[in-house]
Amino acid sequence: MSRPLTSLAPGEEAQISKIHAAEALYHRLTALGFRSGRPIRLLRRAAFRGPLHIRIGSTDVIIRASDARCIELVAI
Amino acid sequence: MKRIALLGMPNTGKSTLFNRLTGAAARVGNWPGITVDLLAAKIPLGGNLVELIDLPGIYDLHGYSDDERVVRHFLEAQPIDLLLVAVNAVQLERQLVLPMQLAELGLPVVMAVNMIDEARKLGMSVDTERLAAGLGLPVVAISAKYGEGQAQLLTATAETLGATPPQRAEAELARARLAADDQIEARAAALLDSAVSMPRVVPEQISDRLDKLLMHNAWGLPLFFLAMLGVFAGVFWLGAPIQDLMKNGFGWFGAAALQPALAGTPELLRGFIVEGLYGGISTVAAFVPVIVLFFFFMAVVEDSGYLSRAAYLMDALMSRMGLDGRSFVMLLMGFGCNVPALMGTRVMRSRALRLLSMIVIPFSLCSARLQVFLFIIGALFAPAVAPLVLMSLYLLSFATAFITAVLFRRSEGFRSEEPFVIELPPYRLPTLRQVWMRGWLEVRHFMARASKIIVSGVVVVWLLTHLPYGVAPAGAESYAGILGHWMQPVLGPLGIDEKLTIALIFGFVAKEVVIGALAVIYGLDGNALTAHIAGSLNGVQAYSFMIFCLIYTPCLSTIATLKAESRSLRFTALALAWPLALAWTASFAFYQTATRLLGT
Repeated sequence: MSRPLTSLAPGEEAQISKIHAAEALYHRLTALGFRSGRPIRLLRRAAFRGPLHIRIGSTDVIIRASDARCIELVAI
Repeated sequence: MKRIALLGMPNTGKSTLFNRLTGAAARVGNWPGITVDLLAAKIPLGGNLVELIDLPGIYDLHGYSDDERVVRHFLEAQPIDLLLVAVNAVQLERQLVLPMQLAELGLPVVMAVNMIDEARKLGMSVDTERLAAGLGLPVVAISAKYGEGQAQLLTATAETLGATPPQRAEAELARARLAADDQIEARAAALLDSAVSMPRVVPEQISDRLDKLLMHNAWGLPLFFLAMLGVFAGVFWLGAPIQDLMKNGFGWFGAAALQPALAGTPELLRGFIVEGLYGGISTVAAFVPVIVLFFFFMAVVEDSGYLSRAAYLMDALMSRMGLDGRSFVMLLMGFGCNVPALMGTRVMRSRALRLLSMIVIPFSLCSARLQVFLFIIGALFAPAVAPLVLMSLYLLSFATAFITAVLFRRSEGFRSEEPFVIELPPYRLPTLRQVWMRGWLEVRHFMARASKIIVSGVVVVWLLTHLPYGVAPAGAESYAGILGHWMQPVLGPLGIDEKLTIALIFGFVAKEVVIGALAVIYGLDGNALTAHIAGSLNGVQAYSFMIFCLIYTPCLSTIATLKAESRSLRFTALALAWPLALAWTASFAFYQTATRLLGT
């Protein structure tokens, strides 16, 4: 069952299965270590539908929900 | 002279390394076709002088961000003898790709594994020899923050530079295609396994605990505003007495040394030198304390990692304006002084986002405008309504900023195409050295870029108010007076008469001189001036004048900074014309409506 990154609850971890982003975003995500098969954890999300704070490997990243929607996850 | 380019991903401590290697020798260079500031410095290396250039942080040589384009353009257009690439030791897992891409360019590459101190603290170990063998280039572990490994890095760089005759393959950028990237990634992964050991479980860091508090959904924002209040107080309340001191110092020198020294010269020449040229120089100098202090504090906010947290906290609101949380910090600082706030937008790497922030910041009601408003409100409004009048001006300031952002956010050049995916570095304590260097570098930058425009502007206004020869300064017969007369058809419908127009012309130089200008124009001082203004203006006129003062062209120093930071005449012209148009419309609407309603 795949689901978007935005559906993760704070503290929950899952594995990236697919990234379907436009080229610029895809490039940035890859450079930051987003790759299918890698585990990713949601640490928290900001109030008022603000950005998500996620951890991938040793990198912490904030990403807007609109951008996070293109990252699909599967359970580990 | 041989030329070395310093590259690396964002958050690798690249700038710290640059400062460490070059000391205070860095200058902003001019490179054809490049719209961002690149610092360059000449440093001695292996018995020769070499030029070291700090390129913007990039994630990927083939990426689409503005910075990535700048770096590609630079590498294509400029002859380079060596690439020095900084990587973050803690994030080697994903940073090795960049040095590998760079090595494909056919230029000699030296890799500095920075932040080795942080890696050690996390229990990581990095085998630089294995990395060097695997990558086929020299690798040195360093800590730019504390200077560790600096000597070894310089030796390795000098040796590589001496050993390889500069040979530049044709169109190498085109050759290093995306197709090679998958291969590079596989190689990087294999190399990492053998050369880098990570502890299996990283224990909860201090950063994580701090984030729980500072990024908390309920506590995060109040703490952020508290922190901003602290910075604001630090910069502007600390800066004001120093500014006063400098102003008095400059005034004293002008009166005690400059005036007597020019005693034999004609009065007009003396006035030109003392009030025009020297006045311009002291205007530039007046900004030095706030810029230094602002960047001392900004260095702490930025290098500590808190600025990215501010982006997280404020994004929900700011993204609706087409801006982000970092713009909000600068907008807020603009309420102290627009000039350093505009310079501070450099932390935003997308040019579109930066330009949008820069067009919005001058609407912040800065402390100079506040002085004018306090004077006029004090003269014309009863103490009971005075605070409300001032508050309405603050609200208007927010409203104009908001309207401008919303109107421009979708226009060409202001619409950011860059994804909002920002790295959150761990919290770090900046060193005094980092803070100190930042403050002084920025001041030098401001003086180099803005002083010409500011001094010439002050001189022009002086000439306008003192010529033709023999007229009363700022009188009706001076060019400023004539200009004021000509502009009556435009400004009259706003309730702004000829004398107030002359004050506005002065206000173009700096808002704090508006009161001084009124004193000169009416030939009155202190209480007499207050009484005269209270008698000659009504409340509606005064408020209309204040609306205009708030919105129209920010001071000359702001314009000089807009020009220096945007490097675009077109943008500067827009940033000048738009507020003027908006100021006129707002004042016109207010004055016409209010006079009709009140029947005055």
